[in-house]
Amino acid sequence: MAKRLPPTDAVIIGLGWAGAIIANELTDEGLQVVALERGPWRDTAADFNIATAPDELRYSQRQDLMLRTAQNTITMRNNPGQKALPMRNWGSFHPGNGTGGAGNHWAGITFRFQPEEFRLKSHLTERYGSTAVPEQLTLQDWGTDWTEMEPFYDAFDKVAGTSGKAGNLENKIQDGGNPYEGPRSSEYPTRPLRQPYGPTLFAQAARDMGYKPFPVPSALISEPYTNSLGVTMGPCTFCGFCTNYGCANYSKATAITTIIPVLVRKSNFTCRTNSEVLRILMDASGKRATGVVFVDSSGEEWEQPADIVIVTAFTFENVRLMLLSGVGEPYDPITNTGTTGRNYAYQTANGVQLFFDDKNFNPFIGAGAVGMGIDDFNNDNFDHSGLGFIGGGSIRVTPIGAAPIGNRPTPPGTPTWGSEWKKQTVKNYLSTMSIGCEASSYSMRNNYLSLDPTYCDRLGRPLLRVTFDFPENDLKMAQYCTDKVGEIAKAMNPRQYVKNPSKGHWNGGPYQSSHVVGGFVMGADPKTSSVNKYLQSWDVSNVFVVGASAFPQNPGYNPTATVGALAFKAADAIRTLYVKNPGPLVQA
Amino acid sequence: MKPPLPFKQSRRHFLASGVAAIFVAVASTAGATIIKGVAPFKPFDYNPPETLGTGGWYFFTPQEARLMEALVECLIPADELSVSGLDAGCAEFIDRQLAGSYGTFERLYMQGPFVAGTPEQGDQSPLVPQRRYRLGLAALERHCQQTLGKSFVELPGEQKDQVITSVQNGEIVFKDIDSKMFFAILLQNTMEGFFADPIYGGNRDMVSWKMLGFPGARYDYRDYIDRHNEKLDLPPLSISGRPEWHKKG
Repeated sequence: MAKRLPPTDAVIIGLGWAGAIIANELTDEGLQVVALERGPWRDTAADFNIATAPDELRYSQRQDLMLRTAQNTITMRNNPGQKALPMRNWGSFHPGNGTGGAGNHWAGITFRFQPEEFRLKSHLTERYGSTAVPEQLTLQDWGTDWTEMEPFYDAFDKVAGTSGKAGNLENKIQDGGNPYEGPRSSEYPTRPLRQPYGPTLFAQAARDMGYKPFPVPSALISEPYTNSLGVTMGPCTFCGFCTNYGCANYSKATAITTIIPVLVRKSNFTCRTNSEVLRILMDASGKRATGVVFVDSSGEEWEQPADIVIVTAFTFENVRLMLLSGVGEPYDPITNTGTTGRNYAYQTANGVQLFFDDKNFNPFIGAGAVGMGIDDFNNDNFDHSGLGFIGGGSIRVTPIGAAPIGNRPTPPGTPTWGSEWKKQTVKNYLSTMSIGCEASSYSMRNNYLSLDPTYCDRLGRPLLRVTFDFPENDLKMAQYCTDKVGEIAKAMNPRQYVKNPSKGHWNGGPYQSSHVVGGFVMGADPKTSSVNKYLQSWDVSNVFVVGASAFPQNPGYNPTATVGALAFKAADAIRTLYVKNPGPLVQA
Repeated sequence: MKPPLPFKQSRRHFLASGVAAIFVAVASTAGATIIKGVAPFKPFDYNPPETLGTGGWYFFTPQEARLMEALVECLIPADELSVSGLDAGCAEFIDRQLAGSYGTFERLYMQGPFVAGTPEQGDQSPLVPQRRYRLGLAALERHCQQTLGKSFVELPGEQKDQVITSVQNGEIVFKDIDSKMFFAILLQNTMEGFFADPIYGGNRDMVSWKMLGFPGARYDYRDYIDRHNEKLDLPPLSISGRPEWHKKG
């Protein structure tokens, strides 16, 4: 029997970006907030000490900052006819753990989604007609729009200190920025980062071909910055231990460098770490949550009663908690009913490698989000008439560093060991670069999340089962966009270039992207969405589920700025609407 | 509380503790940690890497160790570019990894049922790294004794390479373990040992980093990012510092 703790106004599950943003807003409102985090407390100075942070074996190979699969993992299969098996070591994606969550080891790429994305189905139908969206796809609108989203993107940028160059300031196109972005209300808080050699070469070639290169928006700040909460960060030093690592410089924005230092000092906030929520408790009606039950690391169970339950874990755990707690009806792909687990999507990762003889890129100089990109082939920025697919990708050169266990490019056909392997490894190490294309992933009926019937976590609860394969639409898009990248690569005149579009079935082994989205999506219709535009559950109005789990599909962009904006949006709705008048904020 | 140390000294201090064979297990605090009012930060209370000392073998038997030394010498041969995987410490590195949390996949989901899946479903073997090496090395040795009449270590270099190639592509079939799986972990760990920070026992004298031109655990390239297409020749730096930092006098 769980021991009962004193009630609180709000309980928050997961203290990453979304949880920290909402906790900070609600404590500002005067609410008592308890945050439960399944992982450890993380602190830059202690955990990402500058003397030990640049350790590739520990952080990249052994995944020291990531959720340990012994604690919780997923099972995976490509289609509903297969038996799902557990992902025993993280491959395709890297879920995080501890305060700051995956926001500690993220790359820091901070794109906003475009205005068209929030009404994607409507937009495509208006532009190309009613048959524009292939029947296989289950695209939909978000139930919100750019006007509603922009102030919250702005709030996120001002907390994170995002560096970059505006391409559209209040509907005026700006030189040097991304002309395809939605109109911004203000310039980026910090100026663009300086660029290594590879991105500069790419940008020149792209410009010569008539494309519009811009500095990739980045949560690695370029100059000292004091954020909207009064927390000061330092400039990025391009150390090259960034994606998969914690930042020792207080340069990469994460909840632990931007929000938690303020939050933890408030008397109306408590954080409990090593505390894993088992389920959300419901009253007899099943329409109201009364709190949560969590287990601490000694195995003891606790009940935390709360008036509002806010779920801000990673996409996978958000959806699993809803399934385990019975919030919403589980999605069934055969009958096409239920919404919990529906519209799961991913990211379609493509790239081109360029091998040169006469260049030295010093590839160890880099960061997760320093680079130049073009959006000319992203989303619906180009005419899809007659192409046979929809969607696209963000094309960019972002050298993340080149720690050599994982970064040893050699041309295809090179032996994997012996003298010739070594010769090729040395020959190509400094003189190879790559152009990435992070592309859209469009939801379809058979891609979904559910509870696994066989495999359980260490506490005996079913693992989340991921059923996913790339839609034919996305594979066509991947080929098209990678060919476009190939044209730019050719113009850069390397000795050899190798195109790697996403192909075949989704493979859980090689790392592709941690951008898993959907499964508890937002929308205007409770038949096809789980939360309304305030991230409030349609079924249980005192439960808010915030994160990339709310995306109905994934554009060719990284998700974090949108997760942050949605967190500010939900917090604003709770502060200005819900606390005054608890209950459904949108009538179904 | 320890007095604050200047930066270089704290690196030295770290090296000293590394030599003294520290082994840091994951701290398991009972219950939840409750954080309220002030962040639980202690100066210099950083979270050190998991390392073991030099000399001797922690996991491999003497016979396994001889075999491992011969294998890593073939995978990374000595040539004009670098010393061999043996002289870089790859066998010792793997031994230390197997003796630590990696050796038992302590952090990984290892609950059954164990079922062979599709290629997309990845590694579904119940064998942890310690077992993969124990079974794989025994099977390799048995194969060499039975079909070639000699221990692997006694084979001439070219024949060693042929045997490894046949294990790599599955032409040699082992009884207790998938030979391709054994080769895959052997190659992966050998490369880790050659290219990881020297604190883990491999990459002695930062040999692979010097070979590539990788400057190692440096943390600030602000003075270099604008120097495009220029060979920088920065001497590498390990987490334990640089050799000249530790010279006496």
